[in-house]
Amino acid sequence: MAEARLKPEHLLLKRFLRNKTAVVGLIIIVALIVIAIIGPWLSPFSYDAVDRQAYLQPPSLQHPMGTTQSGRDMWALTLHGLRKSLVIGLVVALLSTSIAAIVGAFAAYYGGWLERFSLWIIDLLLVIPSFLLIALIAGNSSGGASSWLLLVLLLTLFGWMLSARVVRSLTQSVKQNEYIAAARYMGLSGPKIIVRHILPNIASLLIIDATLNVSGAILAETSLAYFGFGVQPPDTSLGTLLGDGARQLSSFPWLFAGPATIIVLLILSVNAVGDGLRDAFDPGSKASGKG
Amino acid sequence: MYFAKFAQVNHSATNISYIHANLVKLNKIYALPNDKQQQLQSTVGSYLLKRFLNYAILLVVATNLSWLLAATQLNPRSLYEVSNPPIDPVSIENNLLSRNLSDKVPLSERWVIWSSSILLDWNWGQSPRGGNVGEEIGRRIWVSVRLITLGSLLGAGLGVLIGTWSARRQYGLSDRTFTFLALLGLSIPSFVIANLLQVLATQINDVTGTRFFEFVGETGLHGDWFGAQLLDRVQHLLLPTIALTILGAAFFSRIQRNIMLDSLNSGFVRTARAKGLTRSQAINRHALRVSLIPTSTYFAFSVATLFVGAAFMEIIFSFHGMGEYAVQTIQGHDVHGAVATAAFGGVCVLSGALLADFMVAWLDPRVRSASANSV
Repeated sequence: MAEARLKPEHLLLKRFLRNKTAVVGLIIIVALIVIAIIGPWLSPFSYDAVDRQAYLQPPSLQHPMGTTQSGRDMWALTLHGLRKSLVIGLVVALLSTSIAAIVGAFAAYYGGWLERFSLWIIDLLLVIPSFLLIALIAGNSSGGASSWLLLVLLLTLFGWMLSARVVRSLTQSVKQNEYIAAARYMGLSGPKIIVRHILPNIASLLIIDATLNVSGAILAETSLAYFGFGVQPPDTSLGTLLGDGARQLSSFPWLFAGPATIIVLLILSVNAVGDGLRDAFDPGSKASGKG
Repeated sequence: MYFAKFAQVNHSATNISYIHANLVKLNKIYALPNDKQQQLQSTVGSYLLKRFLNYAILLVVATNLSWLLAATQLNPRSLYEVSNPPIDPVSIENNLLSRNLSDKVPLSERWVIWSSSILLDWNWGQSPRGGNVGEEIGRRIWVSVRLITLGSLLGAGLGVLIGTWSARRQYGLSDRTFTFLALLGLSIPSFVIANLLQVLATQINDVTGTRFFEFVGETGLHGDWFGAQLLDRVQHLLLPTIALTILGAAFFSRIQRNIMLDSLNSGFVRTARAKGLTRSQAINRHALRVSLIPTSTYFAFSVATLFVGAAFMEIIFSFHGMGEYAVQTIQGHDVHGAVATAAFGGVCVLSGALLADFMVAWLDPRVRSASANSV
């Protein structure tokens, strides 16, 4: 028995690597992140530079993805948009999963009025049509370079509630374990028990949740941007590019094709990795694992 | 015995919400009743009543918060100030005052006027230049109903079929194909699907030289023969319905597959097989029926949220429904319109939640018998 034993992380890795879709997804994500980081060196044009010789040109040798109405290079714009969308997705996912973990775990651990209050806030935020309110605030903000920061805050504010509910119900069952009681009798404080014993035990859920939050946030920003409520010009995101491109899709398809391909590739890969992680963490669930 | 049952129900509750959290967020659908424990402790009737009261309070708070945000963030005055030739400031002020939209009036006073007119006359206010917000919404709700009914039913139906099919052939070729297609469907922004469909339809129209696909508005030119009007409406509905069906099928096939797999491997299906039922009999009579309970709660939510959530379809295919209104009110600094839409959206979410609660109470034999025992 002892000789064939794998370390938990090796087991996880093995299970993850078994899922080919997820592995391909991970490779694509890494490639996209690398492209986004080294983007400025991949294009001779800056994303906000205007080429006065080329307004609304189809793809050519000089501009591999064509140019926009104002003479900006689509390839450079797409790279910049990818970078912004990735940053938005990652930051929102990190923040909202952290909030969900803290609120859900504290609510379930302490119970009582804290739990009732948190649940009430969660319900309230779920009732408010978040899309409308985010649009209302982001669409009427003054714009400028920090508009994406406001967007990140808003998407986080309305993005943590469902995960918090799940964290709460998982914490309720983890709380029943003897080692929690033991920790309490040894005099460990509540916050320490949550951070040291409860959160590590629901880490699998948090990791999966954060992954799927990345694609959720990018899609949400894309939807907002379609109506002009997303990242404000001159800054740009994949969503902003798609929204502009969609309006002229039949006449100038190159404004749409590039960003659309990249975003579908990105979201698909993130979702596939999320699925693969769930399979790897939770092989007992018949819904995901073999057997 | 009691503990075993309790643990089972509790487990399924976490499991459902777990699947829920992972799937639902992709489509921006809202809450799920995961407090079956609580349900078991009280009777279904008083449980639903309690939830209803709680929802009502939530709705009032949410609506007032929306008003506060809209009143401070939107600026209806800017609509008049950009007009050319310029309008006399006094008349702008009078115009805004008569609609309770002037930012020179203190917020508290505006709130009293706004809330009392809703409470006393059920009057949700005026838009900056148009008419009554309530009338506009009353008209638009039916446009949304016509747009989403067919598409959401087809999408859910197709999704359940595909999900059940895939679950029975887990890891087969068809399962893997459908899983990938569903993942793809959920990864494409809905407006991209709608726009691509539109381009495709234009191409088909051009190639065949017909106007088979219509994609502007609800109705168009049509003959006056019997059924021409109906055919015209169906032609206009075709593309948005296809788009909604694709999205719905992608979403529901994933949910149905996961839930079906859980129920296929559960004890009662094994018992049914042990009693001599064939695999199909056991699946159709037991596994499928049980798996439809959670799926139907998702359906309740998705329909309710589609009222405002179908904004892309409405704008791309020029249906003047609630989703389009939501976007227009915000773009047009229409404080009262935006608040009324937000309130309507809240009502939709809560109706979905209540409907889902009700369906669980009605369909789930465990909840039913638990409430019968406690009465």
